[in-house]
Amino acid sequence: MSLLEKGTARKDSPVSGRPARRPLRQRIFGNGLKPGYLTYGLLLAFFLGSSYPLWWSVVVGSRTNEALGLDWPPLLPGGNFWNNVSEVFDTIPFWTALWNSILISTIITVSVVTFSTLAGYAFAKLRFRGNTVLMVAVVATMAIPTQLGIIPLFMVMRTLGWTGEIGAVIIPSLVTAFGVFFMRQYLVDVIPDELIESARMDGANMIRTFWHVALPAAKPAMAILSLFTFMMAWTDFLWPLLVLTAGNPTLQTALSQLSSARYVDYSVVLTGAVLATIPLLVLFAAAGKQLISGIMQGAVKG
Amino acid sequence: MTVTLKRPAPAAPPTGAVSPFRHRLSAWDQKFSPYLYISPFFLLFALVGLFPLLYTFWVSLHDWHLLKGQGEFVGLANFTNVLQDRFFWNSLGNTMSIFLLSAIPQLIGALFIAAVLDQNLRAKTFWRMSVLLPYVVTPVAVAVIFTNMFGEDPGLINNLLGNFGIEPIKWRTDTLPSHIAIATMVNWRWTGYNALILLAAMQAVPRDIYESAALDGAGAFRRFFSITLPSIRPTMIFVIITSTIGGLQIFAEPRLFDPTDPGGPQRNFQTTVLYLWEMGFQRNNFGKASAIAWLLFLIIVIIGLINFSLSRKIASADTKKPGNRAQRRAEGKRK
Repeated sequence: MSLLEKGTARKDSPVSGRPARRPLRQRIFGNGLKPGYLTYGLLLAFFLGSSYPLWWSVVVGSRTNEALGLDWPPLLPGGNFWNNVSEVFDTIPFWTALWNSILISTIITVSVVTFSTLAGYAFAKLRFRGNTVLMVAVVATMAIPTQLGIIPLFMVMRTLGWTGEIGAVIIPSLVTAFGVFFMRQYLVDVIPDELIESARMDGANMIRTFWHVALPAAKPAMAILSLFTFMMAWTDFLWPLLVLTAGNPTLQTALSQLSSARYVDYSVVLTGAVLATIPLLVLFAAAGKQLISGIMQGAVKG
Repeated sequence: MTVTLKRPAPAAPPTGAVSPFRHRLSAWDQKFSPYLYISPFFLLFALVGLFPLLYTFWVSLHDWHLLKGQGEFVGLANFTNVLQDRFFWNSLGNTMSIFLLSAIPQLIGALFIAAVLDQNLRAKTFWRMSVLLPYVVTPVAVAVIFTNMFGEDPGLINNLLGNFGIEPIKWRTDTLPSHIAIATMVNWRWTGYNALILLAAMQAVPRDIYESAALDGAGAFRRFFSITLPSIRPTMIFVIITSTIGGLQIFAEPRLFDPTDPGGPQRNFQTTVLYLWEMGFQRNNFGKASAIAWLLFLIIVIIGLINFSLSRKIASADTKKPGNRAQRRAEGKRK
């Protein structure tokens, strides 16, 4: 961590050779241009607050339940991690759950991003009757929480005999109104009308225009939408809990299964929480920057 | 590109003469393609979004059992039944209480974090990622971890409090402590996320305003309250609205806080979605559960409308507010 900090710090201020020492007051509170120790102290506190609960699960997950009884919580991991891991694998079908979560989230993401880009492009750049009215309908439906339809959806899935199958989890999430709205807002600004007009004059038909003009322009927004859709599908709990069985779960329902066993071994449960968090931590390490810029571009909430 | 060269003769495509068939084909293409592009969304949405919502209403008008299926038509009996059900009002009160305990501290915390991040920092990306870290922990994992930390008998927090001679708190059995525990889970996951949204808005405020205010002798606090807060008001409203919609639907955290009794021993932290789940899938009463779903939907719509009109009022009171697009542009320039 400190290495990382040093590396970036040097990059940020290449000429900070040896400035004259600032007065103490400025070093603590900053001088308006350069933040002082106080700021970095607070940032460190935020960092600890963000990571401590995860660290706590690593600590307890690598010990036994005795760790919970201590007056002063242990700060370092113990040696029982692999025992707990094998206990987790014995209790829940971890690999099935992981595979299901990956499959479900990937299919949902591909579907949402594809259909949102198509529809968003049509709403943003094509003229057709009903454009405005239908767009208003999309915006209005954004407010509908889909989990309110769980009862009929459940009845349908049961009638079709799909309960227990991951298809039952995927199908209700294949499109989102938010995705269409998001892509429309992005594409409306990004593609100049003249570009589409000229592609048409070059003799390109509609789908070619979409493919060669809209798609390349839409890529950054598609990446952001993918990230958030994937996160949303991955974290979903209520619906998979209803339609999936204990033998064929997602990572979320498997973890809840682990925590509601009759005799709960907390060190095992927290090991499960750690294992279940690793995939998203990997994603975060790889795409954290994009996630941040996606959030900071506003109007996204999973 | 050849674009500009072709301008003088727009009617003539490069191939020269076009057969009437191809011409007609191209006209169809232009007319129907847009509908083709939007239809997958609308068809699927009608199937998995609109139909279930409407059918929920149909179910709510019947005696309807999970296993026995459709029963008698009972009109609005399920609705009056729910409205007289004290567990329903209990769940609504719990939802509101947990929502307030999370929304207000979350907004204040997010503002504070954003203000600290909104400086000329070293290792900027690292600090931003560190506040966003909890967001990638799923609600289920958050609930599992915090349920452990808020344990009653041995539990991290009670152990620590015990060292200072404080009696163990009944996090699960007592109403207010249980609400605080659940709100803490929500806050931990979302505060950093909201801080980044607010940070984006703060960065869109022109720096020269701060500089001239500083020259006029305004201190950091004065500048925050007189410049920053008014400028980011639209974004704050956005954060409030989205956290309202999310807060009213909270399920995983209360569900897992007590795995055996949905919502605690005395339903002291049973939220409305949790009650809806219990009614439908534990007690198998689909009719009544559907009525709860519709009432919850109406409440969300009403609160949404109140939020909307309030934000309209506040926004129109603002003389000079940076619109979302302007913000984004300013943001882009800074990078």
